[in-house]
Amino acid sequence: MKYAIIAKTEMPRWFDSLKRHGKIFGPKKKEHQYVFRPINEFEEMSLVYIPTILPPKKYYFPQREALLKFSIDPYRTDKAIKEFEEFILFAVHTCDIAGIQCMDVVFNDAPADPNYLNRKEKMTIIGLECMSYCDTYASCTAVGNHVPRGGYDIMLTDLGDAYAMHVNSEKGEKLAAGKSYIREMSEADRGRLKRAQDEKLKKFHNEFNGDIKSVEKAFDDGFFSSVWQDVGRRCVGCTNCTAVCPTCYCFDIADEMEMNLNDGVRARTWSYCQMDDFAKVATGEDFRPGRDGRQRHRYYRKFKYPVAKYNKYFCTGCGRCTRTCMAKISLIETVNGLLDERKGA
Amino acid sequence: MKTEISYQELLKTSPYKPVKAKIVKTNKYTEFEKLFRIELDGKKDLEHVPGQFVQVSLFGVGEAPISICSSPTEKGFFELTVRRVGGLTNAMHKLETGSVLGIRGPFGKGFPLDAMRGNDLLIVAGGLGIVPLRSLIHYILDQRKDFGDVQILLGCKTPKDMLFGEEVEAWQKRADIKFNCTVDRADPDWKGNVGLITSLIPGASIEPKKTYAVVVGPPIMYKFVIVELLKKEIPGHQIVVSLERKMKCGLGKCGHCQIRGVYVCQSGPVFTYNDLQQMEGECHEGECHVKA
Repeated sequence: MKYAIIAKTEMPRWFDSLKRHGKIFGPKKKEHQYVFRPINEFEEMSLVYIPTILPPKKYYFPQREALLKFSIDPYRTDKAIKEFEEFILFAVHTCDIAGIQCMDVVFNDAPADPNYLNRKEKMTIIGLECMSYCDTYASCTAVGNHVPRGGYDIMLTDLGDAYAMHVNSEKGEKLAAGKSYIREMSEADRGRLKRAQDEKLKKFHNEFNGDIKSVEKAFDDGFFSSVWQDVGRRCVGCTNCTAVCPTCYCFDIADEMEMNLNDGVRARTWSYCQMDDFAKVATGEDFRPGRDGRQRHRYYRKFKYPVAKYNKYFCTGCGRCTRTCMAKISLIETVNGLLDERKGA
Repeated sequence: MKTEISYQELLKTSPYKPVKAKIVKTNKYTEFEKLFRIELDGKKDLEHVPGQFVQVSLFGVGEAPISICSSPTEKGFFELTVRRVGGLTNAMHKLETGSVLGIRGPFGKGFPLDAMRGNDLLIVAGGLGIVPLRSLIHYILDQRKDFGDVQILLGCKTPKDMLFGEEVEAWQKRADIKFNCTVDRADPDWKGNVGLITSLIPGASIEPKKTYAVVVGPPIMYKFVIVELLKKEIPGHQIVVSLERKMKCGLGKCGHCQIRGVYVCQSGPVFTYNDLQQMEGECHEGECHVKA
């Protein structure tokens, strides 16, 4: 069953059936914003939502994660976590799925990261296609993430009174199979899906002033652009942009001791290239001084370095960095600034 | 440490898990610099290349990247010379023979030995730069006939900052290498050169086409030394440097050591001057893009 249909009225029933496969995390309203949270009842979720404050990254690359257990005397080391638990991410937007695909590439790249791979193995992703823009901060079309492009177990597309399901993996197959209320897609359903997706595409447009190839060229030539000085002058160094990014994966490692001061864990925590001591060594040399250089580094880690290394853009177009910026630095404006500079030249 | 292991094996082990090791000898050269001879559990060889580094683990304190100062031709142990400047290195200085620590690595790319073999070498060490270069010098002296002319230029602040004193004396006496050193500031007993390391380069007699210059020192030193080497017409791909950065994970993941698109812990810390050209704008104190 590659394509299936489920009536919206049956969604709570299906949701309940998923619970025995693992803990479910989904989007939930929190004041005027949205967050991924553990979900017990289908009704708790907000299925129409702008990207959550933090991406679901917190579940597969947690803010704090023990890497190693140790004791000092006698010297002993042990894996911190033996078994990870199965879990389901529910109603993940295509931009955030693209974020997971980026992390897959990074942590699979040799030497691979067993903690990430272990968690990823236990993760099931049920996506939810956006049928219109979440808000004006998103730039998903420019990077091609406004439409599903794999990386999920099941993708849900809203057809009004029902969801179309694209079952994309064995895991997804298991979750959809054998349910009387989930039926194979008919020709008529396929027609409805196609019409809905065609209608949707009319609403989305390239958010940048040039296609992605020209963006790539602008980054090739733009390292010494005055755009970075402008962004650097406005940046307050709060690190919000890197904290909410679904493809930021920099980290720190620190030892945390038990009360007996002999046993402890070595844990990694998120770290941000926007912090002023990020590249500073013990002798006091700071190898990336200045907010202009640090902001530029952030953008190059989305639009240039990973393209050269992995042939992949690490901007998913989710818009979180712009949404959260205290100085109102906009990703779309910054990229357009680089593009316009080229046109002017 | 590029070992091919299966996915299942990988999930059982962790690249973050250090190997147990023991300090078997120490030598305190100055108030700030101390040498540690270390044996891995089971006396296994580290199997490193001169120029690589390890992550030293002291549980409860953390980890720090330290370059290896012994040669892989010396079996059963390896050596680190550590300047105490931060949390880990200060804690390490308190350790003595018999103390236990953790080691991960070796990491990164070392000096390009295959390319260097058969050519002349001009080794330029400034300050603590002699530490990783000692690994290379030991390696060369153990396989002396594989290399052409070898000159060592050593610079440090004052005579009492000089590391590896007895070894340096032995290098001076050898007939099969040329050795020259200078101090920034002399003391009354000093009879040698006084001046910056750059002052020794113009007088060095070399055949630029067949010379590899290997330069390691503080960031500020590179731009001045590289200018002198370019004046000598040594080709960019034969000028080899080692860069200091904040290597944290050693696995090309954590991001702290990155220079533009390059993870220093994986692609470096050894680079050629030509490599540095690609890093323009993110090098420090003009390490790169020096115009002769």
